[in-house]
Amino acid sequence: MSIAGFEVEVDRGGGLETEEMTLNMGPQHPSTHGVLRFVVKADGEVMRRAIPDVGYLHRSIEKISEKVGWHGFMPYTDRVDYVAAMFCNQGWGMVTEKLADIEVPKRGEYCRVIAAELNRISSHLLSIGTMILDIGAITPFFHAFREREKINDLLEELCGARLTYNYMRIGGVAWDLPPGYEESVLAFLSQLEPMLDEFNTLVSDNTLFRGRCAKVATISAEQAISYNLVGPNLRASGVRYDVRRDEPYSVYPELEFDVPIGLGMAGEVGDSFDRYWVRFVEIKESMKILRQCFRQIPAGPVVAKVPRKLKPQEGDAQIRIESARGDMSWYAVSDGSEFPYRCKVRTGSFAAMSIIEELSPGLMLADLVTVIASLDIVAPEVDR
Amino acid sequence: MDAASIHSRLREKFGDKILSAEASVKDPFLVVDAAAIRDICAYLRDAEGLQFDVLTNQSGVDYREQGYIEVVYHLYSYAHRHYAVLKARVPRDAPVLPSVVTVWKAANWLEREIYDLLGVDFTGHPDLRRLLMPEDWVGYPLRKDFVEPEEYHGISTSRESLLR
Amino acid sequence: MLQEFIDSLIADGLFGGLPRDVAYLIGMLAAGALVVFGFVLNVAGITTFVERRVWARIQSRVGPNRVGPQGVLQWLADGLKLLMKEEAIPFAADARLFKLAPFIVTIGFITAFVAMPFSSALIVADLNLGILYITSMTSLVVVGIMVAGWASNNKWSLIGGIRAAAQIVSYEIPAALSIFTVILITGTLSMQSIIQQQSWLPWDWFIFHNPFTFIGFFVTFVALLAEGNRTPFDLPEAESELVAGFVTEYSGARYLFFFLVEWGNLYVISAILVTLFLGGWQVPMIPVITDSAFGLNLLQALTFVGKSYFGVILIMWIRATLPRIRVDQLMTTCWKYLLPISFANFMGTALWVLIWPDGFLPAELLMTALGFGLVGYFFYRVAYHLRRSGAQITLSPLS
Repeated sequence: MSIAGFEVEVDRGGGLETEEMTLNMGPQHPSTHGVLRFVVKADGEVMRRAIPDVGYLHRSIEKISEKVGWHGFMPYTDRVDYVAAMFCNQGWGMVTEKLADIEVPKRGEYCRVIAAELNRISSHLLSIGTMILDIGAITPFFHAFREREKINDLLEELCGARLTYNYMRIGGVAWDLPPGYEESVLAFLSQLEPMLDEFNTLVSDNTLFRGRCAKVATISAEQAISYNLVGPNLRASGVRYDVRRDEPYSVYPELEFDVPIGLGMAGEVGDSFDRYWVRFVEIKESMKILRQCFRQIPAGPVVAKVPRKLKPQEGDAQIRIESARGDMSWYAVSDGSEFPYRCKVRTGSFAAMSIIEELSPGLMLADLVTVIASLDIVAPEVDR
Repeated sequence: MDAASIHSRLREKFGDKILSAEASVKDPFLVVDAAAIRDICAYLRDAEGLQFDVLTNQSGVDYREQGYIEVVYHLYSYAHRHYAVLKARVPRDAPVLPSVVTVWKAANWLEREIYDLLGVDFTGHPDLRRLLMPEDWVGYPLRKDFVEPEEYHGISTSRESLLR
Repeated sequence: MLQEFIDSLIADGLFGGLPRDVAYLIGMLAAGALVVFGFVLNVAGITTFVERRVWARIQSRVGPNRVGPQGVLQWLADGLKLLMKEEAIPFAADARLFKLAPFIVTIGFITAFVAMPFSSALIVADLNLGILYITSMTSLVVVGIMVAGWASNNKWSLIGGIRAAAQIVSYEIPAALSIFTVILITGTLSMQSIIQQQSWLPWDWFIFHNPFTFIGFFVTFVALLAEGNRTPFDLPEAESELVAGFVTEYSGARYLFFFLVEWGNLYVISAILVTLFLGGWQVPMIPVITDSAFGLNLLQALTFVGKSYFGVILIMWIRATLPRIRVDQLMTTCWKYLLPISFANFMGTALWVLIWPDGFLPAELLMTALGFGLVGYFFYRVAYHLRRSGAQITLSPLS
């Protein structure tokens, strides 16, 4: 491979002779979440450049969509981002509904939002848990995963699966909420709150943690927009933009929530700590949304009548939803047949991954791990 | 700004570079001259009142029957909260298109992906390498006439039984 | 003691016609083996078990509880498994150095036990260089780690080895300077004499001797943590950054040796701190128990090991809680903070000893009160957080 074949630069400009070292980080490195690979050019502990090499998890999901039909593609979308699969379900559902002019019943939309927000909490818990694990502390990771496990149980109750949910359908959701679901979710939320406070005192206020994250890989707002960083990564750079609020879809206009942005609490706006902090606050916002949903959810059907052989009219459509890793953009083309002609998904991690090369010069080796974790990169989402 | 006025502004500025415009479909789009795409994009980003500061998505679609590959640009403006969709059509046998990396850095990897999967050559791209597929892969998987090779470096791409 | 014992054995004709020196050598090796297999390995092994259980409790998990009652034999099973595993030596590694490195590390760790005072009589050799001997022997560990990092012929291992060298060499200085503050008071390097100058009363401990030794205790603690590669200074083997640092390429028994040293070092660190600052094996005279020499020594050994294990659990607690620091922060901490502080401590203690050669009791009492006040405040905070989060806590170690 050409990127592995660096020429070695020898600095003979007086003093000690130093050589640049080419390090191969990944694809089986413990903190490259999934299978990412970086070719790192390092001068001792300081990186000159880290070049991402992706594609180890490429499963040609976009190509598969052309063969399996509109309904049949739904389970495959789970695999786009297995950490937050609900959003991919929802994205595919929404883009098909837009193409085929299907109206989702109100209760179906609420079910979607409940499932998605639960999934967002679990995804963010995973993100901040692994971030602190990558920085070297072990206990907070277990605390985060213990709570995430409870969400997995809740989602299993909802749809029978713990990771790849396949819960949504074109035109709504597969099943209504199970009996007693509201009570179990609200009970979970009320015990999550003190746990989050504990997590906050354990992690966010930790001097060593702040020292590791502060002013590391600061992304300015201009840079973030130019690289199309989305979601929490964009908000951490100080841009108050959330697709749920600014381009509302589903029932989000009826719900009230805040959009947190990075405040530079540990150093600069847009550094790794801000990205952590935005995710942390978003968990609380999601809890707020969930409580409202259960208050407002109407009775009725959860899925619209959609023909088994769905043939959307010719044309193309794009939708954007706010997934756990930010604005996820689905573009689908229909040629009027039973099969999608083309489907393309642009995910949050894809953009986040492409910025690392620009961020890397001058960072320490240990910072690269922080940056990957703070950008919340999930490998299957990059490769699809 | 709504789609129609964006379209008319572009028509004013670029004239015959805008090949056609659809304002009444679900996502209003413009079909533009492929060679002028970078100028149009730069104008859209910088022009007062338009300010499309982000390229949310860039996709390639292979229209085999019509004989062209369509590269679709989905633009969005954080400043004005409006959308624009540009489509540039390039022939299948010689798909060459100016790169927009100089306009939006997000285009870097998006164009690499299109190059990788559809074989569109972006002139002026700083680092046009395959992104997802291995470097020595033959063919462009998302083209409609792509046939999967029998094997890759001695590894068979088919399975004897689907259950295995 | 050992010499007399072997002399008596020779008199009994046990060694046949062997020369006296050979008999001594055999006797020393046998005693050494007894110490190593009877105590050192067990300490290291049991520490791994304790660490895993303590971590499990902190992280709301169960931890090992299957092998033996409550899983206490887990460490034995793990050790045997690792001993029996195949050892892979990388093709491109420097095989001789690669094989040698774990033994250098192990020597550096085990020889430290020679001057470790467990009770007034239970010590292998009360060297008059005691503490100096221990610090220099434990420094041998860094040589082994560097050799391991270099010989693995793996870039990640090399970075780990270099980090270890930089870190341990830097932190030797504040550690040594803080140890010297105690030596200024005692005027001796012998471990036994240092303990004998303290008593079982907390205000006679050197940690509360004066404000400078009080700070010196924490400086020593931090510096020794760094020397033992423990979180937050576990950079040489940073799991999430360097895969596993210098141990990446090791497997089987040689891997075991590295971890033996790692966990055994926990005990060494705490034992040094207990000896220097926390009164060592000093116990009050309790009429019935301490009348016999055996009872006295048993009580003293239990006190010493108990105090040391308190330190071990404290280090485990720290490891379970804190994240790792970065290389530049590591160096800043050492050179910009610990080093000036330890110099100030050194000078301060020197002045203190000049003014009050026999100690100054009001200051000692004050420092003791301060120390216990800090501990009390800590527990108050713990209770506060427990109340706030509404979490249930079970104090039974076996639940």
